Amino acid sequence: MKPISTELKVYIFCGGGGGLFEGLVPEERAVRGLKGKVRGQTISVAVTNTYRKAGFMSLERRLRRVFQAPKKGETFELRNGLVSQYAYERKEAIQRTIAAMTLGKDVSALFPDVLKNIATHDLDQKKLVYLYLMNYAKSHPELCILAVNTFVQDTEDPNPLVRALAIRTMGCIRVDKMVDYMNIPLRRTLKDDNPYVRKTAAICVAKLFDLNPQLCQEEGFLSDLQGLVDDANPMVVANAVSALAEIQESDPATECFKINTLTLNKLLVALNECTEWGRIAILTALAEYVTDDVKEAEHICERVVPQFQHANPSVVLAAVKAVLQHLSLQPQAAQDTLLRKMSSPLVTLVSSAPEVQYVALRNIRIILQKYPQILNKELRVFFCKYNDPPYLKFEKLEIMVVLANSTNVDQLLAELKEYSMEVDMDFCRRAIRAIGQCAIKIESAAEKCVNALLDLFENKANYVVQEVVITMRDVLRRYKSFNSAIPVLCQNLEDLDEPEARAAIIWILGEYAEKIDNTGEILDSYVSTFLEEATQVQLQLLTACAKLYIKSPDTSQSLIQNVLQTATTKSDNADIRDRAYIYWRLLSSDTAVAKDIVLSDKPPIESTIEKLPPLLLNELLGELSTLASVYHKPAASFMGTGRFGAEAVQKRAIEEQQQLAKEDVVANTENSVNGENLLDLDFDTSSSTPAASASTTTGTSNAMGDLTDIFASATPSPPPQQQPQNGGAKPPSNPNQDILSMFDDAPKPPAASNNTNFITTGLDGLNLGGSTPPPPQQNQNQNQNQNQNHNQSNNEDLLGLF
Amino acid sequence: MASAVFFLDLKGKPLLSRNYRGDIPMSAVEKFPMLLLDAEEESSVVPPCFSHEGVNYLYIIHNNLYILALTKRNSNAAEILLFLHRVVKVLTEYFKELEEESIRDNFVVIYELLDEMMDFGYPQTTDTKILQEYITQESHALEVQARPPVAVTNAVSWRGEGIMYRKNEAFLDVVESVNLLVSPTGQVLRSEILGSVQMKCYLSGMPELRLGLNDKVIFDHQSNTTGQSVMTRGGKAIEMEDVKFHQCVRLSRFENDRTISFIPPDGEFELMSYRLNTSVKPLIWVDCKIVNFSSSRIEIVAKARAQFKKRSTANNVEIKIPVPDDADSPKFKTTAGNVKWHPEDSCIIWKIKQFGGTREFSMRTELGLPSVKDTDSYAKLKRPISVNFTIPYFTTSGIQVRYLKIIEPKLQYQSYPWVRYITKSGPDYTIRLAN
Repeated sequence: MKPISTELKVYIFCGGGGGLFEGLVPEERAVRGLKGKVRGQTISVAVTNTYRKAGFMSLERRLRRVFQAPKKGETFELRNGLVSQYAYERKEAIQRTIAAMTLGKDVSALFPDVLKNIATHDLDQKKLVYLYLMNYAKSHPELCILAVNTFVQDTEDPNPLVRALAIRTMGCIRVDKMVDYMNIPLRRTLKDDNPYVRKTAAICVAKLFDLNPQLCQEEGFLSDLQGLVDDANPMVVANAVSALAEIQESDPATECFKINTLTLNKLLVALNECTEWGRIAILTALAEYVTDDVKEAEHICERVVPQFQHANPSVVLAAVKAVLQHLSLQPQAAQDTLLRKMSSPLVTLVSSAPEVQYVALRNIRIILQKYPQILNKELRVFFCKYNDPPYLKFEKLEIMVVLANSTNVDQLLAELKEYSMEVDMDFCRRAIRAIGQCAIKIESAAEKCVNALLDLFENKANYVVQEVVITMRDVLRRYKSFNSAIPVLCQNLEDLDEPEARAAIIWILGEYAEKIDNTGEILDSYVSTFLEEATQVQLQLLTACAKLYIKSPDTSQSLIQNVLQTATTKSDNADIRDRAYIYWRLLSSDTAVAKDIVLSDKPPIESTIEKLPPLLLNELLGELSTLASVYHKPAASFMGTGRFGAEAVQKRAIEEQQQLAKEDVVANTENSVNGENLLDLDFDTSSSTPAASASTTTGTSNAMGDLTDIFASATPSPPPQQQPQNGGAKPPSNPNQDILSMFDDAPKPPAASNNTNFITTGLDGLNLGGSTPPPPQQNQNQNQNQNQNHNQSNNEDLLGLF
Repeated sequence: MASAVFFLDLKGKPLLSRNYRGDIPMSAVEKFPMLLLDAEEESSVVPPCFSHEGVNYLYIIHNNLYILALTKRNSNAAEILLFLHRVVKVLTEYFKELEEESIRDNFVVIYELLDEMMDFGYPQTTDTKILQEYITQESHALEVQARPPVAVTNAVSWRGEGIMYRKNEAFLDVVESVNLLVSPTGQVLRSEILGSVQMKCYLSGMPELRLGLNDKVIFDHQSNTTGQSVMTRGGKAIEMEDVKFHQCVRLSRFENDRTISFIPPDGEFELMSYRLNTSVKPLIWVDCKIVNFSSSRIEIVAKARAQFKKRSTANNVEIKIPVPDDADSPKFKTTAGNVKWHPEDSCIIWKIKQFGGTREFSMRTELGLPSVKDTDSYAKLKRPISVNFTIPYFTTSGIQVRYLKIIEPKLQYQSYPWVRYITKSGPDYTIRLAN
């Protein structure tokens, strides 16, 4: 309850301050008003702070109401200023009102008074009044009608700036009644002879469509807009294209934006003449355009390629996207030339502003997966700079690993070694993993990489040791020949405290049990703490002990007995028990069969570099430079459906404004009837609590809804088991799956097979001979995982994006 | 497209906002600081855009400010982020400095600018010169209303009409920044030259300019495979990786016959930039040894050598050598320039005003270390040495301007082009320290 009491103090102080001004003569008030403004600012800081603590919001409002009306503070001051007989006083009052609005104060109570100032020739004042109107129109929809007349008049003003301003603002006043009056002015401005007005009107059609699609179509504005694509002015064309593209996207049924050969040529001409932003709009439209005609595709590429030289990186990206979309139609030779031309612009994107660079790097990763040859010789450009922000360093590392080949691997390895000694722990670990990825990807460099890893292992901090062990697990999975490294890895067993590292070393011990003398002893020490280990460590222990038993049954009899006993009787995890039982039964029946199953050859791994599934890759190639391509997720996954979908967000936006409006109405009536304030307190609670509590409880109710969502949409494939970000962590349900597949004739695909870490740990015990999953199903899993990510509540949603 | 744009202080409190589309609850911004904090706790990697509850947050940081855009659609992220950078640029040019104070003081103009620069989430005019023509900081007299300059919607959207100068001059600066990463053994790990042709134009009317680079510069006419090849005076071809032009340059013309022709904006701008990936040897090479004596003091011995021709001189050379955070009581000895200890950045800076070609200077510094050891300081020492310098009248690539033709068809005045060449260190001229 502490914050409330401090708020209280502030308002009392404010009341006193406001009262001071009351008795002054008007001339002096202007001077004093300035001071009042400063004081007003400090108060509002407190107000916005409380705003953020949503729980207190309604309380804060009520408090304000209690203290506001009698004191006649700042609002009263402003109101007096707004209706003053002197123009300069009115203007100053408007500015102060906007200042208060900027600070997050609610000044909607002044709506009628501000509106009185709308008819003015002072352009600055007009802009401010319009700005105020846009912000508070929702709270006084009926009063907006009073402004209509001025708007309509302004669209006939001799000054194009005023005409454009009027039509732009009209579109931004999102009130139904306003829409009814937009017809005439909009039609007039669409045909205006000034291009500045026309380009503003073009966008306004999109605004109108957003508010009332039906009216927009009935009145024929869409065809007017289509007409503007033929406009002589490139900027008008660009805005018309933007508006049409948006309308097309929000309602494909309108089919308003069909590019034909004629419009195509117009767009290509306008492309060279309009501003950088217009170029982006046109290039994006060109990328969406589908053609079967090789000649046409060639023509488009020919006209788009010069844009690679534009100084604006997002124009370059848009051009790259447009060319890539029309690439596949063309003959191989032409494709190669275009790709070659693309490479150096892509490289230059790496020297743009860091945030833009991030978008570019994420896109380069997508392009690289489709066209791996494109940046063949450019490895060094992606070397991390010392003061690159972390998000860039990580992206660059990913790209470097993809670009690694037998000719540049030495260079890369030297660089990675340097990174693995940097201060940032996460980055070091990622660099170490990258060394492992190089080893697995490039056989000829494997030895050097392993030596580098072992060097790091020698002298370094705890987290390095853990990461090296995890990385070496994958390397040992790929190559049998590095077993000489195992003794080194086993030196620091007591340092390994992370589950994944422990699981990794146990897997290595089990897999190479015959090469190590004292495997039994080491495993025994782990088994003694079996129940305290994490699930993935326990699972690995079971597997490792089973392997050891099959390899040398004489020495490890008691060990396997012990571990199976513990797992089946004391573990409360069904997966652990299940795996223990299955081993138990296997081992106690036919040893030959057990050997076949437990020690079967694992499917070889080629690379541990994460790849996008092909369907997603193709989708993302069409989405270059959009958010989807940055997140590496299909647009549907974060635009989503249901509560967080685009529709829902819009609905929330409207509700928020309506709620504000409702409260304002209440506040206004209170202002007029001072005496009833205290009574209002009770009445008020009932009206405002639902809103407040709704926002706090949504989290839980939503989670439930999402769960049902997941199962409702679930495909016949096994339920989602593992989220990609879990890395090698083993989900509890997984062994079940494996067991099922063992008794099933047709083995089902292991979940999330794009994660090779998982393969090593998950399949090694019970593999039935390399059942690689069919791609489509894999993809479904991926999608499902993503859906699930998305549907998870707040934090995890965020996490998914990283 | 962006639905709304916010200016926030470092605590995440909104200072000013503009809601362009009304399709996002403005309260979404209140979650932003919390989301950032959560992401920071999660890992050291906080990307500049993320999504939460169907709202996408894209932000940049400038001078203790977050500039944030929200969108609910699958918008063009590169465009939005670049637009935010452009907003910062325009506001900086308007107010000299963009920070909390200047936002509070100029909110009226900022609203006007935001209104003009973006409409319904689509970027419109972001050229400061043009915006200044009709959005000014002083209010207009009642009678003379500002009108939108023709340039806003013109094909030439970067130059106003009716510009007049008594003396018509154009200045060209060819600036090449060298970025280098050198290993402690002197091996160049990465090097690039970022060239840029900066122009200052004081020309009347609507002049047509044509720029010719030195006659041996032959842009590869035919296939234009991996970029353009440029011939230097020695006849050796170097790879000019990527040429980027200001929006005023006719790109299709360049693509066709390799002429750089344009109508310049008024005043200062960057006409073109290019990149060379050829390996350059370090122009200024620093050989540095750091010796730890019984962990109570360290000694730094550095030798700097200028590896360019005798007739050139490097100016304002600054060599920044990292030292441990907890070092104290420095003692310096140099053969040239002076050395200062900057404890706030944990480094010493060795400044040499003039550094002649082929010369070599040396420096020795001793610093005390506290007896209690800070284990982290070893890791901090991993920072590289960075070097700053400028060398006038010299380009590393050998590029030269041969002519700059200025034709104004109506006014037909005489004009004077001036050309300068400078090579300087880029932001990333670094030499790694040995372990």
